[in-house]
Amino acid sequence: MEIYADNAATTKICPAALSEMTRVSAEVYGNPSSPHTAGQNAARTLWDARERVARLIGASPREITFTSCGTEADNQAILSAVNADKTKKHIVSTRIEHHAVLRPLEALARNGYEITPVGVGRDGTVDPADVARAIRPDTALVSVMFANNEIGTVQNIAEIGERCREAGVLFHTDAVQAVGHLPIDVGAMNVDFLTASAHKFHGPRGAGFLYARSGTALSSLLLGGGQERGRRAGTENLPAIAGMAAALEQSCAHMTENAERMTALRDRIIDGILSSVPHSILNGARDCRLPNNVSVAVEDAGAEAMILLLDGMGIAVSSGAACAAGAGEPSHVLQSVGLPPELVRCVLRITPGEELTEPQADRIIASVAAAAARLRELSPGWNAKIRGEQPFIIQ
Amino acid sequence: MSKALIAMSGGVDSSVAAYLMKEAGYDCVGVTMRLFTNDEAAVSREKSCCSVEDTEYARAVAFRLGFPYYVFDFSDDFRRKVIEPFIDAYENGRTPNPCIDCNRYLKFESLYRRAAELGCDTIVTGHYASVEKRDGRMALRKAADETKDQSYVLYSLTQEQLRHTVFPLGKTRKTETREIAASLGLLNAEKPDSQDICFVPDGDYAGVLEHLTGKAYPAGEIVDKYGKVLGMHGGIIHYTMGQRKGIGLAMPAPVYVTDIIPETNTIVVGANEDLFTRTLIAEDFNWIAYDTPPETLRAKAKIRYKQPEKDAEVFALPDGRVKIVFDEPVRAVTKGQAAVLYDDEGYILGGGTICAKGEDAPYGERDDETE
Repeated sequence: MEIYADNAATTKICPAALSEMTRVSAEVYGNPSSPHTAGQNAARTLWDARERVARLIGASPREITFTSCGTEADNQAILSAVNADKTKKHIVSTRIEHHAVLRPLEALARNGYEITPVGVGRDGTVDPADVARAIRPDTALVSVMFANNEIGTVQNIAEIGERCREAGVLFHTDAVQAVGHLPIDVGAMNVDFLTASAHKFHGPRGAGFLYARSGTALSSLLLGGGQERGRRAGTENLPAIAGMAAALEQSCAHMTENAERMTALRDRIIDGILSSVPHSILNGARDCRLPNNVSVAVEDAGAEAMILLLDGMGIAVSSGAACAAGAGEPSHVLQSVGLPPELVRCVLRITPGEELTEPQADRIIASVAAAAARLRELSPGWNAKIRGEQPFIIQ
Repeated sequence: MSKALIAMSGGVDSSVAAYLMKEAGYDCVGVTMRLFTNDEAAVSREKSCCSVEDTEYARAVAFRLGFPYYVFDFSDDFRRKVIEPFIDAYENGRTPNPCIDCNRYLKFESLYRRAAELGCDTIVTGHYASVEKRDGRMALRKAADETKDQSYVLYSLTQEQLRHTVFPLGKTRKTETREIAASLGLLNAEKPDSQDICFVPDGDYAGVLEHLTGKAYPAGEIVDKYGKVLGMHGGIIHYTMGQRKGIGLAMPAPVYVTDIIPETNTIVVGANEDLFTRTLIAEDFNWIAYDTPPETLRAKAKIRYKQPEKDAEVFALPDGRVKIVFDEPVRAVTKGQAAVLYDDEGYILGGGTICAKGEDAPYGERDDETE
């Protein structure tokens, strides 16, 4: 049976979300903007989803804007923050953000904004003190991702939020990998903007949301009708939004037990690979890490081939972030944590789902070991190292 | 069932090659090689062969034919094995052919290894050339469609590589290829053939060199064969042997680049007849037809891609290099280009990189020279 272990890319939809989507698609056909009964039903479904989502992150419903995806929400948060005070031309972020944050920041940099990218340590974590030090009087926004999509490291968002609040600076966190998997309370964490995407917590694709603290103005990326109280024009994708709310409820209801189980399985896989595959290392800290993220560099076992060999063994994993052309740029995240270039291309990201069993975890370990052995046999670099002609990078 | 890895660019040729392999009963895997980042090549994504659009063509063809398709990133290898030597060649007064290095190191080395990793025993490209068995050896022969023949850029293939290589278009005419593509409804049937070097899409290789190295190449003197200074040039990388246009000298008769001297940063110009030589030396020589070549042989030698072969006497030198003495003087022998030897039936005997010509040729006999 196939083991799907690429949940950081996208997750399988959960039955609760699927049945809610089916129901809403079939029965709630009205447009939420229409005054008649069908429209009222749709508006009620939409409001209900808003309430459910808000409650699960400690927000109030009016602070939730539904979007089409996490990327849209990231873009909107950043644009809104800079529009809030156009005299402020400085943004603090990190070197390990998702492209949905990096690219808008680069676009702003081309338009006269100055970006301070805070570095991360070898363990992939951001020091909140570094963030605080980077804040200036003209800082419009601090944007730090909650949990990294490649190496799974979880940042100390509460402390960063506190520092931003003290400095009076808006704080955005891309929480796409965290929502539904880690406890989130936007109030306690002093977050002003938070981004989420449904398909990362067993909801459907095509739905995400942006939390924006009450009192912060949101600039709409789409101009048109007055949906989402003028913050996001376009007819609402109601089935997906309702499915997202159902999925988030499910994920949050089982969060503690899932996290506990997944953390144990994660550590089993990490220990299994590191002990059975010589010259391999874990990327990112072992603690403060997503419960289902394993990111390992396996010297002289190129990830492109590794993924296909594992696919042939019925195991779906990834090398890092997916890319439109199918082959990524060398990962900026792995470079930022100081991984040598030769190893950046040898990184496997294994992100299993909650259905994973212990025997399946062991099958992943054995398959990675077998695939690595096969690739190393064909690798001139590996063979030179075995003969002692070159040093190993990973001892 | 034999498993074939097909190098697909999204173009007509490799798409039809893929179709022919599928028809021949191979278990196929389609692959596009990502060779450079757009930043490296200073080209827009729309223009380069590794653009998203081209990979989408290739992907669509693979899905249409019903086999898996992947994009692999070989940009590190490409930079080391193709772009850096390309820069080095121009900076040293040679005119490289990067397609040859790309075939040698990327398609038939990096991709070849990837094929082995994935359990593919056959590697397939849309090149117009033929792999045949001949006298117990693997042989590489010109394509049936001589107007499209690409055997020249494939001379570096080893016996081992040839054993695992199929060029399905070797016996196909380009018109037939387009017909097959059209009959399959391939989106790209009408796509024009690519002409340029993929990372120099508009032909401005000097601009690409300056972008890649960040250097401004120094101006220097243009002299005649007696050393008389005729003018200044804007960097030797802008010149190639036999070039007439863009030299920037006002002379009563046309002048041509007859030599490039990197040591003194000098361009030598002369009359057209000064370009003719009979002798060259090729190094890094790969013999396809022999394990050990005879000391001398007769062959037809081709010294640039779009130029017919010329009859020559060939000497396999003891140091592994090869001296080629043409029956008639040939024009603009260019260091860095490949010299490829064919027999009368269009089989490649071997090939190498031109490293010396005419009077430079250390094994050349002076009385053989152009008079």
